[in-house]
This record gives sequence, C-alpha cells and structure tokens, in this order.
Amino acid sequence: MSPAPSGLVLSVATAVAAGLMGCYAVMRRMTLAADALSHVALPGIGVALLLGVHPLAGALVALLFGAAFVWVLEQRTRIPTETVIGVVFSTALALGALLTTSEHLMDALFGTSGGLTRWELGAGLVGSVAVIAFALGARDQLIVSLVSPDIALTSGINVRRLDLFYLIAFAVTVALGLRYLGVLLMGSLLIIPAATARRLGRGLTSMFAVSVGVALISTLVGTYVAGALGQETGPCIIVTAASCFLISAAWRGQA
Amino acid sequence: MNALVVEHLTVRFGTREVLKDLSFSVPTGTTLAIIGPNGAGKTVLVRALIGALPHEGSVQWAPGTRLGYVPQKLDIERDMPVTGRDLLRARARLLGASATDVQAALARVGLALATMSAPIGTLSGGQFQRLLVAFALLGNPTVLLLDEPTAGVDEPGEERVQQTVRRLVDEGVSALVISHDLTLVYREATNVLCLSPGHTCFGAPRAVLSADLLSEVYGAPIGLHLHDEPRA
Repeated sequence: MSPAPSGLVLSVATAVAAGLMGCYAVMRRMTLAADALSHVALPGIGVALLLGVHPLAGALVALLFGAAFVWVLEQRTRIPTETVIGVVFSTALALGALLTTSEHLMDALFGTSGGLTRWELGAGLVGSVAVIAFALGARDQLIVSLVSPDIALTSGINVRRLDLFYLIAFAVTVALGLRYLGVLLMGSLLIIPAATARRLGRGLTSMFAVSVGVALISTLVGTYVAGALGQETGPCIIVTAASCFLISAAWRGQA
Repeated sequence: MNALVVEHLTVRFGTREVLKDLSFSVPTGTTLAIIGPNGAGKTVLVRALIGALPHEGSVQWAPGTRLGYVPQKLDIERDMPVTGRDLLRARARLLGASATDVQAALARVGLALATMSAPIGTLSGGQFQRLLVAFALLGNPTVLLLDEPTAGVDEPGEERVQQTVRRLVDEGVSALVISHDLTLVYREATNVLCLSPGHTCFGAPRAVLSADLLSEVYGAPIGLHLHDEPRA
C-alpha cells in the first residue's frame, strides 16, 4: 500500500529530520529513552480519539509532555533517567492501549498509509523544517554540550535551555513519523540510521550524511517495496533500515 | 586585583555538606592549586565555581572573565565518529575564534593538525587529554580551570602542558589546578587550597605543604620530597 505523493513528500522530510536528530540521540546515549519516549504518544492518541480531536494533535501534546518530563527528571533528580523512563513510558504504552479502541490500535502502533489533508501536509512540513533548522543551526552548541555540559557552560551556552529545545525537537520528530510508522516503529527510524552512521562515519559531517542517507533510502525503498508487495509502509521502512545496519556491521567487521 | 573571590561557599548534596563555608581568593595572574584526598570535594568546588552546581555563599569572577575548563570526566563516548577537528571547530565557532587560533592552541599543547582528522577514539589517552587542554585554550581564556589536566599524559606531554600553563600565567592568565602531584604543586602554585573532610587550609605552598599538615589533610602519613623552590 503506497502512500499518496503528499505523504511521500512528508515522509522524505521526516527522514531527514530523523536522520539528524538520531545522531544526537546516539551521541547522548539516549537510544533507549528515545524509543521509549515515542511510546508516550499512544495515550495522547487514545485521549484525542475519545475527545474527537485529531489523533496526531493528541500525540504531539503527549510527546511534548513526555519531553518536559524527561527534562525535569534530568535537571531536578539524581534518579537514573533510563530506569524511570523504562517504568513510566511502558506504563504510558499500557494506558494508551487501554484508552485506544482496537479499531485504531494497530494503526497507532504500526502506522498506516494514506493521503494527507493540506493542513496535515503543511503542519508536517513546517515541523520537519523547524527540526532540521534546529539540528543544523544548534550543531556547535549541541556538540560542545555533548562533550561536556560543564565546558558548554563555560562557553556561554545555556545548557538547560538547549536540553529542553533538543527534547522538544525530538518529540516533534517522533510526532512527524507517527502517521506512517506508528508508536512502536518511529523510534527505530531515529535510532537505526544513526546507529549505522556511527559505524560508518569518519567524522561528524559524514556521520550526519550517512544517517540522513540511510533514513532516506529506507523511506524510499521501504515505501516502494510496501507498494509492490501490498504491505504496510512502516514495517517495510524499518526492515530496510535494519538491513542497512546489518550490512554496515558486516562491512565494518571485515574492515 | 583578584580574578576570583569566594566567600562562605557551601555545597550540599541532600543533607550532606560536601563543602562548608569556604572562603579564598585568586589574585590575577597567579596559580591556585587545589589538593586533597579522593572525595574531598575538589571537582565539586570547581563545578560550583562555574555555576554547574547550586551553592550558598558568593562566587565573584572579575568582570570580563573568560573561562577555559578541562574537566576530569567527559560525557561523550570515545568511540563516536567525531574528530578532534569537529570538537575544536565547534567551540571555535561559538567563541568567534579563527582557524589560526585553533592551530595556535594545538601548537601550544604540541598536537599536529593532522592528528585532529582522526576520530577521537583513535587518539591515545595523552593525546586526548592534550586535545582537551587545546579546547580550553580557544577563545583566549583569562582563567584556566584544570581538573587533573595531565592525567594519563606521558612525561614529555605533561611537561609541555605544564609549560603552556606556566607561560599563560606569566602572560597574566589565572589558573586553578586540581592536582595530586604535590611536587608540581609546590613548584608551580602561588597558593594552595587543601580540602579534606573536616579540614581546609589555604596559603603559600611553603606554609601549606608541610608533612604534618598534609598528613592531617590526607589522613595518612605523606612522604614529600621537595627539591625545587616554589616559583612564587
């Protein structure tokens, strides 16, 4: 089942955003948190459907709430973030499954193909461009902050604000891909291309380039294969991304 | 004139007071060595000074202070495909430093520009440590904060880093250095701040680095053999 051309345009823009944001997630060692954060969209979708609101609007609100939660956790407590995220976000997935009717549950979990309204396309493209602009524009601040938040502080960077902006951009990226990848698979489009790039990259710029390239190839090949086989798009995209990772692992293993 | 004045600084982790009512100053163009046993709060002090930790009391940097900081521990994993050049360029762009400034910082710590093209994971411990010092030197800092800057650095590299710091101090830069090398502290420091649970002291190396006082600070007998005269 191939998406409408408008859907493919947004998928490509989302792939670029996910490829860039995923690199920072891998470097920040928050791959598990990134995957778990996407689960928090499910109760938002469930509540939105109950209220008769657009499900992606509910998902975005829930994701922003989740991002703020992670941020407060990192700033205010000394509890290991991964532990709390494992507990809270798995609970969010369970709550979401209870709130979402079985009719919508599979679409919410694994995504669905289909056309987009002009508003959905417009909002999605604005979101993608904003995330890409942040990922490229704040690159130096994010890199220095990754090396050491303390060095970033002495370089005049407001680390707390930067962390919040990063998490918001991350939440928006997850929301962008929910339509066609769903709650369970979107985290993979963020992590797998970046994990591949981590193995193949020889520097920061090449890491970004490889990650975006793998995300784009996965999206385009996955979409084509889904259309040819009459399958859903999301799983085909992630299987393609995973294949890229395995090939990179084998290739670097031999190198 | 003072580069830094600290008055009644207290840092708590929960109910535990890691630093209690600490007061000292660092005159401009001098070196303060911070010594003490593991867990005494040396890194906590430096992190409080840069505003990374909440604290009571006052920390006053001289107006226009630019900090160059070499932390003890980094957050980034060494196996990332990030090169030294990536790191240096990122900080240089943030601070408005030029490519020439980057080359000058590398030259000061004795690192070749070509080495910076390799991922940081391929650098030796000493090369990486010197990269961090070069990183701190970008932007012409007026104060250097060095948390064990030569840990893992070989003898020539250590000497080069020490020479660099010495030269910068001679040029008017102030330095706060955490070190376990008491001979080096005796030779290079203008003042010494010693931290230990329940005991702090501050003064010139000759006064502070006595066998009795050090034994009190470290809680064990310290055999210190000092051959060189202090610089100050």
